[in-house]
Amino acid sequence: MTLLTAIGLSDIAFFIFALLIIGCGAVVAFSRNIVHSGFALMGTFAGVAGLYALAFAQFIAAVQIMVYVGGVLVVILFAIMMTREIGRAESSNPAVGRFPAVLLGVVIGAVLVFIALQFPWTINPSTDFDPTVNDLGDALLSRFLIPFEVLSLLLLAVLVGAVMLVKKEIKALPPEEKSS
Amino acid sequence: MIIGLPHYLIVAAVLFSLGIICVVSRRNAIGLLMGVELILNSANINLVAFARYVESGISGQVFALFVIVLAAAEAAVAMAIVMAIYRHLRNIDTAAAVNLKE
Amino acid sequence: MEHIGTADWIWLIPVLPLLGAAINGFFGTRLQRRFGEKAVHAVAILMPSLSFFITLGYFIRLMGLPEAERQLLCHLFDWIHIDTFTVPLAFWFDTLSAVMALMVTLVGTLIHIYSTAYMHKDTSYWRFFSFMNLFMFAMLTLVLGDNFLLMFIGWEGVGLCSYLLIAFWYQDIDKAQAGMKAFITNRIGDFGFIVGIFALMWALGGGWSDSGFTLVNPGQLTVVFREVQQYVGSLEGATIFGMSVATFACLCFFWGATAKSAQIPLYVWLPDAMAGPTPVSALIHAATMVTAGVYMVARLNFLFAMSATAMTAVALVGALTALFAATIGLFQNDIKKVLAYSTVSQLGYMFLGVGVGAYWAGIFHLLTHAFFKACLFLGSGSVIHAMHHAYHKAHNHDDDPQDMRNMGGLGRHMPTTRWTYLAACVAIAGFPFMSGFFSKDEILWKAFSNANTLVPGWILWAIGATGAVLTAFYMFRSYYMTFSGTFRGGAETERHLHESPKAITVVLSILGVLSIVGGVMGLPHLWHLPNWLEHWLAPVFHGSQALVKWGEFTHSTEWTLMLVSVLVAVTGFLFARMLYRDNRSEIPARMLKRFPAIHRVLYHKYYVDELYDATAIAGSVGLAKVSDWFDKYIIDGIVNLTGYFARFISWLHGLSDIYLVDGLVNGLAHASGAIGRWLRGWQTGRIQTYLYGVLGGGLVLILIRFILFD
Repeated sequence: MTLLTAIGLSDIAFFIFALLIIGCGAVVAFSRNIVHSGFALMGTFAGVAGLYALAFAQFIAAVQIMVYVGGVLVVILFAIMMTREIGRAESSNPAVGRFPAVLLGVVIGAVLVFIALQFPWTINPSTDFDPTVNDLGDALLSRFLIPFEVLSLLLLAVLVGAVMLVKKEIKALPPEEKSS
Repeated sequence: MIIGLPHYLIVAAVLFSLGIICVVSRRNAIGLLMGVELILNSANINLVAFARYVESGISGQVFALFVIVLAAAEAAVAMAIVMAIYRHLRNIDTAAAVNLKE
Repeated sequence: MEHIGTADWIWLIPVLPLLGAAINGFFGTRLQRRFGEKAVHAVAILMPSLSFFITLGYFIRLMGLPEAERQLLCHLFDWIHIDTFTVPLAFWFDTLSAVMALMVTLVGTLIHIYSTAYMHKDTSYWRFFSFMNLFMFAMLTLVLGDNFLLMFIGWEGVGLCSYLLIAFWYQDIDKAQAGMKAFITNRIGDFGFIVGIFALMWALGGGWSDSGFTLVNPGQLTVVFREVQQYVGSLEGATIFGMSVATFACLCFFWGATAKSAQIPLYVWLPDAMAGPTPVSALIHAATMVTAGVYMVARLNFLFAMSATAMTAVALVGALTALFAATIGLFQNDIKKVLAYSTVSQLGYMFLGVGVGAYWAGIFHLLTHAFFKACLFLGSGSVIHAMHHAYHKAHNHDDDPQDMRNMGGLGRHMPTTRWTYLAACVAIAGFPFMSGFFSKDEILWKAFSNANTLVPGWILWAIGATGAVLTAFYMFRSYYMTFSGTFRGGAETERHLHESPKAITVVLSILGVLSIVGGVMGLPHLWHLPNWLEHWLAPVFHGSQALVKWGEFTHSTEWTLMLVSVLVAVTGFLFARMLYRDNRSEIPARMLKRFPAIHRVLYHKYYVDELYDATAIAGSVGLAKVSDWFDKYIIDGIVNLTGYFARFISWLHGLSDIYLVDGLVNGLAHASGAIGRWLRGWQTGRIQTYLYGVLGGGLVLILIRFILFD
């Protein structure tokens, strides 16, 4: 019972989220239907957001939901919809060499777990650790100002680049494609 | 409270492995991207966990934030490329885009 | 110290022709183009004639002076001044240089006038007159210089002008070569002259001992003639190389004289020098330059008189040359060659004269020879000019206008030339009362009666007399072959023959008259008439009078010898008349057949040129070839060996470069290529392949880390 008494609410939440992450991750990795993978990805993101929240990173968790689920995932789903083989579930998400892939994945996973357990982490168990959004903002605009600004430039470049990529291809379309 | 740093790391490691499997085995460009997203998320879990248990500071979260931003940017560009490839080749199979190597 | 008068303007005598040479040399082309030939020869004739009148003026002034004081000095400045040794730039006008300068300027001016006609229409008219004036300058410097160095300048200057004028038509390779031959032969002689100057100078100043040369009498270190004469007594007993200094110096000077005055063994250049224009032959190679050697010996009489050996050498060489050249002259067919050998022969007489101690007789013959030989040369020039002109008009370019076999009967067409030539012939042959008779007879008599030379006087006389027979013979032979009989150059050519222009005939006439009457300068004592020249020159030869000894002979001996001389001349004349008059006689041709060997040897000048070719020239050519061989094979060999060595090193270097360095570079490239080709197989374009690589690599790194550090 010591174990049960030791288990708090946050521990239970952690396991739930962990299961969600790993389960959905497995679907993403192994599903033959790309649409299924896309929706499973949403579950993974949500679980990761939960882990963020458990690790006192509430703002990151909120950002995770907004950016990943509300942004990246929507983009991915749009892309899935717009490609042709959407209708053919079987062939929409083909995989090659699944066995070596799994083998590699298992080896890597094993190594990583081994390292995670083996490494003598210096744990700093401060109980009053509770960074606020205020702290995060301070850090971004003081200590991480230059990466922050460079990142904004990068985003601009990405915006322009993405538009250019797509627009160029439209221009290069053959006439019969336009008509059809 | 039995959950500590190793738990987070194990979850991240598993997620990373799933991401790797996804990336390595998928032939669909979008599926491939999904695997990448999984890998990035696993890395992010680690960063946040380190911020919580090792560093006990804000830097880890800031990095996680940066990674998210970069992931979003990467997704945008990647999707644009996928659309371009699709328009060009009528296909998003990575095997069909082998010609890029030439 | 004798009293020496000063004369400030003597320097004008040599400098005026130099000015003329400069004017024509620098502005001649323009003068000729702008004003024609007149402007050129006006300058060229004006300068020597001005010199002549100045000389004449000083000559008259000299005559007005008391006998012992008959010398004038024009001291311009000290040219070289080292401690007690001084070389003044000064001109010395004593009785000897006075007559020489007078002769040179007179004959020179006449020949300049003659040249205006002879060189008419030559493209380099100005150049000719520039050189002629330059020659006048050099010759007058030679004659008037009061020291050895100044004389040497003139000596070299006349050699230069001789070269320039012999090779005047330098487009003709033979003429250019003749010029070089003259110049080089003269250089050989000049060497002796320089050695003589230095030997004399050092001997006067000090002496040789075991420790080398030591300066004993710094005050006596001099090159001025007067001072040398003053100190020459101190040379008594001094020796060098086992002979007396006087002998050594004299032999050196005489060596120089044999080249300049064309004596055995260095006479060979003079016949070839006839390649130059005829006025040049007349002025330089007959009247003036070639007599420089005689003048020098006469000038240094005090020195030569000290050495019986040197005097014998001079006299003997002179006598032998006189005979030797005369024999060669016998059968030459080129009219100028005959005169050239005649000149060599006559110069031999002059040396015979100065050699036996009869300095004034040598100078006497020098003066008379200047007149009659200039006349002969200018006469031959007139003939050649006419022949050339006629051949040209007749369009005959093959026959030689100088060959006497093509002439004959020219006397009818060219009366003035004929008569003047005859007058000069008579003079040179030594007919009674002609100038040549007096001078040559005087020399022969002095040679006979002298008691200075180491060989008996009668031998010298015999040689000289034999030469005189031959002289008369070949001179009249040339006269008859040229002017008598019928013309052998073709009728067409004969129609174009005519007498030469006035400039030529007038000069010929003047010289012809001088040839005949020139002898009055030195009438023999035997006739109890005043001998002006001997008297006049006496002060110059004063220093040697005590040393020169004469044998005792009766008047009857002298009369006999004089008669023999006349007979000798007449014999030669008669033989020539018999054999060549009107060219009718068959005898010469038959004689030619009977004795071909003699004719051949004489015609080929005893093969002396060939001998020199085979010895001296072949020797130097051989040496040059040996040097060439040495240069080609040894020096070049070493150089080439170095080159080959360098090439070998470079070859090795190249090998290493190609196989080592390039090999390395290429090997790297090939390796990269091969690796690239191998790696290309890995680049499938499939992202999965790459991921396997990346992840596998990452795993390996992690494993390595655990293996190594745990």
